[in-house]
Amino acid sequence: MAAPRIFAALAVTLLAPALSAGASEFGDVERGAEYWKQCRTCHRIGPNASNKVGPNLNFIFGRPFGAAEGYRYSKAMLAAGEAGRVWDLDQLDAYITDPRDFLKGTKMTFKGIQNPQERADVLAWLRENSDNPQNIPEAAPTAIGTDHSVDPAILAIVGDPEYGEYLSSECLTCHRADGEMEGIPSVTGWPEEDFVIAMHAYKDKVREHPVMQMMAGRLSNDEIASLATYFRALGE
Amino acid sequence: MKLNRRHFIGSSAAATAALAAPTVWGDNHGKPRVVVIGGGAGGATVARYLAKDSKGGIEVTLVEPSRKYYTCFFSNLYIAGFRDLASIGHSYGTLASDYGINVIHEFAIGIDRDTKRVTLSSGSVLPYDRLVLAPGIDFVDGAMPGWDVTAQNAMPHAYKGGSQTELLKRQIEAMPEGGLFCMIAPPNPFRCPPGPYERISMIAHKLSEVNPTAKILIADPKEKYSKQALFEEGWQAHYAGMIDRLGPDFGGGNVRVNPRDMTVDIDGEVNKVDVCNVIPAQKAGRVCEMAGVTEGNWAPVVPATMQSRVDENIHVLGDATNQGDMPKSGFAANSQAKVAAMAIRGALTGSKVFPAKFTNTCWSLISTDNGVKVGATYEATEEKIAKVDGFISQTGEDAELRKATFEESVGWYSGITTDMFG
Repeated sequence: MAAPRIFAALAVTLLAPALSAGASEFGDVERGAEYWKQCRTCHRIGPNASNKVGPNLNFIFGRPFGAAEGYRYSKAMLAAGEAGRVWDLDQLDAYITDPRDFLKGTKMTFKGIQNPQERADVLAWLRENSDNPQNIPEAAPTAIGTDHSVDPAILAIVGDPEYGEYLSSECLTCHRADGEMEGIPSVTGWPEEDFVIAMHAYKDKVREHPVMQMMAGRLSNDEIASLATYFRALGE
Repeated sequence: MKLNRRHFIGSSAAATAALAAPTVWGDNHGKPRVVVIGGGAGGATVARYLAKDSKGGIEVTLVEPSRKYYTCFFSNLYIAGFRDLASIGHSYGTLASDYGINVIHEFAIGIDRDTKRVTLSSGSVLPYDRLVLAPGIDFVDGAMPGWDVTAQNAMPHAYKGGSQTELLKRQIEAMPEGGLFCMIAPPNPFRCPPGPYERISMIAHKLSEVNPTAKILIADPKEKYSKQALFEEGWQAHYAGMIDRLGPDFGGGNVRVNPRDMTVDIDGEVNKVDVCNVIPAQKAGRVCEMAGVTEGNWAPVVPATMQSRVDENIHVLGDATNQGDMPKSGFAANSQAKVAAMAIRGALTGSKVFPAKFTNTCWSLISTDNGVKVGATYEATEEKIAKVDGFISQTGEDAELRKATFEESVGWYSGITTDMFG
């Protein structure tokens, strides 16, 4: 059993450099669009794109570090912006390879993309769309599709912050209240709607994390709203 | 200095009060008083949540003998060299300075449930409205033939964090080439069900680096253990030929140790060992017996509030309890502490009480960047803390997922220790 698996792994390792050679400059926009669905969990792009968990990515090429208006960046990102650093293809490629390695202290918890071909693809897609954000239909389909799966009546529920405070104690065993993060993302200060959508995505098993599916699975709509209200206020 | 001085004043005041006026001690501005005994995952958490959420409305005293707390969780990673000792040590300074908790580094030597007072080793007396016991575990006397605490230098248990963990690590590092490490695994129930097997993984990792011909022998009285398939898969993949486990069918439950000549008798067969880690059978921390709240080896509790079934003014948390379906883990103790804090606050200050919810997740490291986890959610029924839903890592998961799981455990460590110590 073990031998074929090892062989397969070896084959991939040997093939990878051959694939990436020459591909890094010309990514495939269509394949990149597939990958963008992952990015879209946190980032928006297009007309009226707002900041979500991550900043909007309109005009990202040529944009200084830490420059999306209204987004609360990490100190590290703001410092890089002040130092005059600007996003270009190479900088973005290095960043998405391993964000926390490229910029220590960044809020971006994405683990990075090891495969150069996949990075090239998603950057190709990003370059095309960030320069022409008006061309992107607002309702672009996404694999995650959480925005459209939560009933507006659920989004409209007003949470009880006192209840949220009690419920939050369960979250704070792993997520730090001060917003620091190390292996587990911060949930402090999230926009309420994003929080509710994300929790329902776990509850409905659209997002994949088993601990979060379990935690969200037994929270009622009111409880999720209460947590959202509490964590939003905690960031202020 | 400041703490010592305050403590000194406290003891003399208590001595005077005990003589002159048996019912009231000091001036607490009429605030309700909670005394917490034990400063681990249960005790530190309940003290912090009571102080924080009552916003000074409850006077909280935390009694914990150690000035520095070394977590049991992640101590196996220290043995393997993935963490240093400083990174798993925590002090109580923030609980005192930022949360106004009176932290007293002493042993509780007496509990009088009728007058609701705790006596400390210095002779100081602490009156309470509610008492929380979170003492963790002690070992059952005579449970492992040939072993008692006087032998714990020759054959460490390393099942409470700190000097024992350091000792075991050094003994492993000093093993002769090709030597034999032996673990005597505990019977159920015990603290941290995957803990002994994560420890085996971490020791195997260390030995593969520094002493690859060394062998590991486990004598285990249990048929099955936590995450067994995951550990066995990992041991086969990373430490093939190094680890041998003798379950009860092969005499793993019929063991006698001889610390003086460093031998272990398993089912009558004598094994000369170089290092022996004896993890004896366990019971609630001794302070529970002292309070008279145990039945058998553990302290039964009311799930919705974590109150002792014996005394409604006493709450018991964590490993020491008999509560139902939750494992004895730091995560579980931390989860139970929040339920208890809410119930105590409700009883003493009239704050709102919500339904109890409990959670547990236990991460284990098998080899470098190879983390696995098991977890569940629980609710309070009349009879017990009952499991609602759960999950476990699967065999055959890819390296990326295992690495993410390990990184998550590092985040959890940071999260829970901040939640405990501020």
